[in-house]
Amino acid sequence: MSEGRTSRETDAQPLLRVEDLAMRFPVRRKGLFARRTGWVHAVNGVSIDVKPGEVLGLVGESGCGKTTLGRTIVRSLKPSEGHLYYHQTNGETTDLATLSSAQLRPLQRQIRVIFQDPFSSLNPRMTIRQIVGDPLKASGLASGSELEERVAAMLRRVGLSPGHMSRYPHAFSGGERQRVNIARALIMEPRLVIADEAVSALDVSVRAQVLNLLRDLQDEFDLTYLFISHDMSVVENICDRVAVMYLGKIVEVADTASLYADPQHPYTEALLSAVPKPDPRLRNAGRRIRLSDDFPDPANPPSGCFFHTRCRYSDQDSCVHQRPDLRRVEEGHLAACHYSEKLDLAPAVEPEPEPDSHFRTVSS
Amino acid sequence: MTVEQGSAEPGVLLEIKDLKTHFFLHEGVVRAVDGVRLSVLEGKTLCVVGESGCGKSIMARSILRLIEKPGRIVEGELLWSRKKDSGAAGEPSTERSGQVVPRQDTVDLASLEAGSEELRSVRGAEIAMVFQEPMASLSPMYTVGNQISEAIRLHLPLSKEEAWQRGLELLEHVGIPRAARTMESYPFQLSGGMCQRVMIAIALSCRPRLLIADEPTTALDVTTQARIIDLLRDLQAETGMAMMFITHDLGVVAEAADEVVVMYLGTVVEQASVDDLFHDPQHPYTKALLRSIPKMGSGGRQTLATIRGQVPHPQNRPSGCPFHPRCDFAIPGLCDTVEPPLVQLGPRRVSRCVLHDPALLESHGVTQSPVKETA
Repeated sequence: MSEGRTSRETDAQPLLRVEDLAMRFPVRRKGLFARRTGWVHAVNGVSIDVKPGEVLGLVGESGCGKTTLGRTIVRSLKPSEGHLYYHQTNGETTDLATLSSAQLRPLQRQIRVIFQDPFSSLNPRMTIRQIVGDPLKASGLASGSELEERVAAMLRRVGLSPGHMSRYPHAFSGGERQRVNIARALIMEPRLVIADEAVSALDVSVRAQVLNLLRDLQDEFDLTYLFISHDMSVVENICDRVAVMYLGKIVEVADTASLYADPQHPYTEALLSAVPKPDPRLRNAGRRIRLSDDFPDPANPPSGCFFHTRCRYSDQDSCVHQRPDLRRVEEGHLAACHYSEKLDLAPAVEPEPEPDSHFRTVSS
Repeated sequence: MTVEQGSAEPGVLLEIKDLKTHFFLHEGVVRAVDGVRLSVLEGKTLCVVGESGCGKSIMARSILRLIEKPGRIVEGELLWSRKKDSGAAGEPSTERSGQVVPRQDTVDLASLEAGSEELRSVRGAEIAMVFQEPMASLSPMYTVGNQISEAIRLHLPLSKEEAWQRGLELLEHVGIPRAARTMESYPFQLSGGMCQRVMIAIALSCRPRLLIADEPTTALDVTTQARIIDLLRDLQAETGMAMMFITHDLGVVAEAADEVVVMYLGTVVEQASVDDLFHDPQHPYTKALLRSIPKMGSGGRQTLATIRGQVPHPQNRPSGCPFHPRCDFAIPGLCDTVEPPLVQLGPRRVSRCVLHDPALLESHGVTQSPVKETA
């Protein structure tokens, strides 16, 4: 189904190399001249590689810039600065950041988005056939009965009945709509899929179905995912690598297992600690770290390390004055903290109090 | 062994008996809440958990009589035990045929006239509610201080200045920094977490004995969620109020609950203490739900157990047990025809499933309970 797919040969080459990417939005005063009074740095110098065939998680609190980063990668926003080196199927590398919209069009087929809200992301006046088939039709790749067939095949693949093709979105539940969204994203046979909170709005039982579906489709179509989410337990379940964002910057990147078992940035530790653990016996187990609510104003970020205003380990000296670089702490583990080596940060789950607990064996 | 609960035993603050709230639409009747039976103990937290469409929010709104047309409470009792020292306690309680007249200080909220003085003296003062969308629940036209002092003055005989002062103290109490400035702010100037703190402060302004929190943390970040749950727990320890905490997040349940009620399509399918629910679930739906959540620390890229299908539309309610089309243990010919019994498995421990009723199983030729083998 995917001729010309060369990800196996290019394992060394990242599919997408994000370099010093910045996205600024002007803050304007009200009034006739709407004078610009400052900038919001939604994405503030992000560099990261997306490797072919991996699921890269992007986590952080709301307002940290994770969605803006995703939107910049698909170029629904033009980045203010930086590069997006995309490795094409023919072996060439293109900088998406500088292309015009006409030049972008053929490449945008290869990078698709699955949006969060299954209720507002589907046009209520279009049938499922139109919604899923539209990208194919618009790009002239298929029409008539061929279009019909491909839409039917795609719907079947995501677990929907092709017989429902002429229905409108309102006739579907949240989980089914999200399947429609997935079908729409995948019908163009993309290489990179940006899933922006793709399962956050779903019920627990349906969320598991959609997560499993995303994983199966990845194996089948050789996809690479950028999985944007605020849910640390879902991210651990599906991602190979995770990047943690704070105030427009990446503060830690590591393999999932390494990040959860051995976090190197105090912000990651706090995020992990805040996740409610689905076992009442762990209620008071482990260290409880609570961040204060005062998320800094992205238009006026703190000096030094952006996190120092909420960090429990801040030394009030180098943390306040010196901005830490994202640096290698261990093999394949990057963190932006002056004290990564000195701190002993709490893992996602501290050693089990009860190894023979009934609850833990259920999942195996 | 069907449940026979006695009327308001000591320590029960609110008892819901066979509550049915239906919505009468052109397309037919939606039985959003269909025979809910549960009770809230004084000073404890009861979590109501269920997926969207299970009727948990409608049930909570029914308690405060906030159901609007085309919906209404068609059946059932909402027995609220009033404060002994409260002024309205002396009023005669409504007589119901074939029922023991409840204690003098118990009032059936379902029987009160909508908008009546007595209902309004309970709502907001004795039972307060915090809603899901903190931004949407506050008026954008008034300052936080206006809204909080209005709520206070509605129930307490205080002057404007006194109410303002009280509001300020409450904001400080719920952990809002620079409370004086927040009093002067409009909701849009505050973050989601701050708005939810303001909502909690308003809810607590009259020292309620029951706080109903409907998905209070769902719209918030994890870091904020953790702090709001901590705050609610601290406030409960301090004031001794009971909480009904409505959520779809089992992690939040594990953090917050003393007791848990699991709902599915308008009925309670299981009630248990939080430890029993997570470590010894009885109902097939509860078991399936627990299996379908990813657990942190269990390593990545594992396939999750799923529940097949989806929650049916409330208008296409399956016959018999509403869960049977998705249930792995469903017995053909039994589960799709018989309304499952609510079986008492212990003190304050119930499960609504035919598998707990050997007599019923035997009468249908099933000899052993298939649920045991997979536990």
